[in-house]
Amino acid sequence: MRSTPTSNRKAEGLLRSNRRSLLKGLLAIPAAIALAHTSLPAYAADGVNTTGLAVTDDTVTVGILHSVTGTMAISETGSVQAEKLAIEQINAMGGVLGRQIEYIQEDGASDWPTFAEKAKKLLVSDNVAAIMGCWTSASRKAVLPVMEQYNGMLFYPTFYEGLEQSPNVVYTGQEATQQILEGIDWASKTKGAKSFFLLGSDYIWPRTSNKIARKHIEKLGLKTVGEEYYPLGHTQFNSVINKIKLKKPDVVFISVVGGSNVAFYKQLKAAGIDMGKEKPLFLTISVTEDEILGIGGENIEGIYASMKYFQSLPNENNQAFVKAFKERWGDDIVIGDVTQAAYLGPWIWKAAVEKAGSFDIDKLKETLPGIEITAAPEGYVKVHENHHLWSKTRVGHAQLDGQYKVVYESPELIEPNPFPAGYQ
Amino acid sequence: MFAEYTASELTSIFAMQGFAGLILFSVFVLMALGLAIIFGQMGVINMAHGEFMILGAYVTYLVSHLFADYMPESLYNSYFLIAMVLAFFVAGALGAFVEWAMIRHLYKRPLDTLLATWGLSLIMQQTYRTVFGAREVGVVLPDWLMGSVQLTDMIEIPINGIFVMILTVVITIGVAIMMQRSRLGKQTRAVVQNRPMAAAVGINTEKVDRLTFALGCGIAGIAGSAFTMIGSTGPTSGQLYIVDTFLVVVFGGAASLLGTVASAFTISQAQSTMEFFLSGSMAKVLTLLTVVGILMLRPEGLFTLKIRR
Repeated sequence: MRSTPTSNRKAEGLLRSNRRSLLKGLLAIPAAIALAHTSLPAYAADGVNTTGLAVTDDTVTVGILHSVTGTMAISETGSVQAEKLAIEQINAMGGVLGRQIEYIQEDGASDWPTFAEKAKKLLVSDNVAAIMGCWTSASRKAVLPVMEQYNGMLFYPTFYEGLEQSPNVVYTGQEATQQILEGIDWASKTKGAKSFFLLGSDYIWPRTSNKIARKHIEKLGLKTVGEEYYPLGHTQFNSVINKIKLKKPDVVFISVVGGSNVAFYKQLKAAGIDMGKEKPLFLTISVTEDEILGIGGENIEGIYASMKYFQSLPNENNQAFVKAFKERWGDDIVIGDVTQAAYLGPWIWKAAVEKAGSFDIDKLKETLPGIEITAAPEGYVKVHENHHLWSKTRVGHAQLDGQYKVVYESPELIEPNPFPAGYQ
Repeated sequence: MFAEYTASELTSIFAMQGFAGLILFSVFVLMALGLAIIFGQMGVINMAHGEFMILGAYVTYLVSHLFADYMPESLYNSYFLIAMVLAFFVAGALGAFVEWAMIRHLYKRPLDTLLATWGLSLIMQQTYRTVFGAREVGVVLPDWLMGSVQLTDMIEIPINGIFVMILTVVITIGVAIMMQRSRLGKQTRAVVQNRPMAAAVGINTEKVDRLTFALGCGIAGIAGSAFTMIGSTGPTSGQLYIVDTFLVVVFGGAASLLGTVASAFTISQAQSTMEFFLSGSMAKVLTLLTVVGILMLRPEGLFTLKIRR
């Protein structure tokens, strides 16, 4: 009786070891294939590519890494569309160094570790020559160490809080000072604003932005009468609206994001505040044409936004861009600031690669500073040594149809300054 | 902190602030009611509650488009009421289907219903995304719901806030009467108190379960429809409400409607008062801390149903 279990166990052990070796055998097959694959000279290793990137004689592969599922899909969809459009247009013009661009798209799924994992996959298994991607700062922070470790090049489209600079990232959106200072100067000069109420969602971008705004308001000798943060996804703003009514600031400076935006502007309108009267004046740095789709033009008509791009910019480049974008993605589509910045990514990469005569990341790092895009939809832009863009800032006035009318444009390109001295 | 304001300004602000608290209270009751019915009467934690709400919001969006495209303009102003009724039936029908297809197989495994309804919420989100796109949609409201009533120079009451309040009162009273007086209500209570006995006296407990679940989801649909006035409509917007909803239901004591109302009142007043004196995030933190503290002392929530087990 007693021996039976032991022998059973032995038999089981035998079986298990058999199964294990079988498993090992199975595992070895793909490994062998992978080995064979890497040992083949898959990619041309001539002058344009000395580091084993996915470049052949007629193609080059890049990665697109955005969330197409999850909460952030709302915002990131436009960026994906812009990047694909740019790639298609470049291909139609003959590609980069005579090679057609192919892309591998991965889904970050609104989850930051997934972003890091997918970035690693794109760099290590797919050997992509560049990645267009990320949207939130959190996703960028997750991807950053991967980009630096495996020496990739990320083109990041969103306006963000600054305080970062990496040789492996090109920031095609504005950093905080570019967006904020000009807007506040405009409000104080043209509108005679004396007092400001700062309102934002509670995370790094609004907090850093408001810190910069507060310092700048102080420097101008003006007053900040309130600073408030609400959790992401907050949907009830009646209390803060009452507070605004009580404090009577000249300007409410808003960096509320996501679904909260819709709730805030709808409740503002319902509370009887006529945004068109500009008492107070509402100045946002977070609502692009994309967000207005969800908010509804009638709920936000009359506010001002300070950013670098509006769909309504009258220049020829932009008109061609808007036309191409609508032809590709449908007539109903709107184009916001970030979408345009995402569109710049592939073009800047192409220009840098062609100047370097090589896809090698290290050569790109040298040629990127000083790259100019003369016919960008937003106008002329230039890459700064710190990998951010010199760009103009505009103030737009929200209209009933969900578009902004540009009422002010900074006369000069504004220097990107991700580590602003005196603002931290 | 109020030294620089006049007495009349302060009175008006406090009046408006009191009103903001009442609006928040109605919103909380409206969103928690459906969940409370399902959780209280059936013991099922419906993680997809927020998605049922958003279903109501999307129904409203579709109805508004249908009216704009196919109906004479004079009728446009009445679309909202029709949309609300429709939202109730659509969400309720889906609820009944979900109960039949999924929930009824899991009654003996409460933890699994948690997982299953969470999975359901993901499926619904992705469906919305596929059908309506990832972006939020804008629901255009009829004119009579916009703007505010001006009582004095300073005091302005949002009309849609009043609307939500009236709606909440009507629905709450309706549900209360239904539970106390109607045949279904009596059967539901019988099933909650003693399922085998209820079945023994001839109550079709499966049907009662299905109708209860459908009712809870239907009310969620109405809530979602009403919230197009104050919030966003997107695939994941339901997630914005779910935490507060659970907070209200758990704090109130799962088995009692009165508890839900009382807890919604306490939480909303606490939160809106603190939001005014502190910042929004701090108010949230303090509210949550208070709720956690009270739940440690009274794990069953504010109100409990006393029955023999």
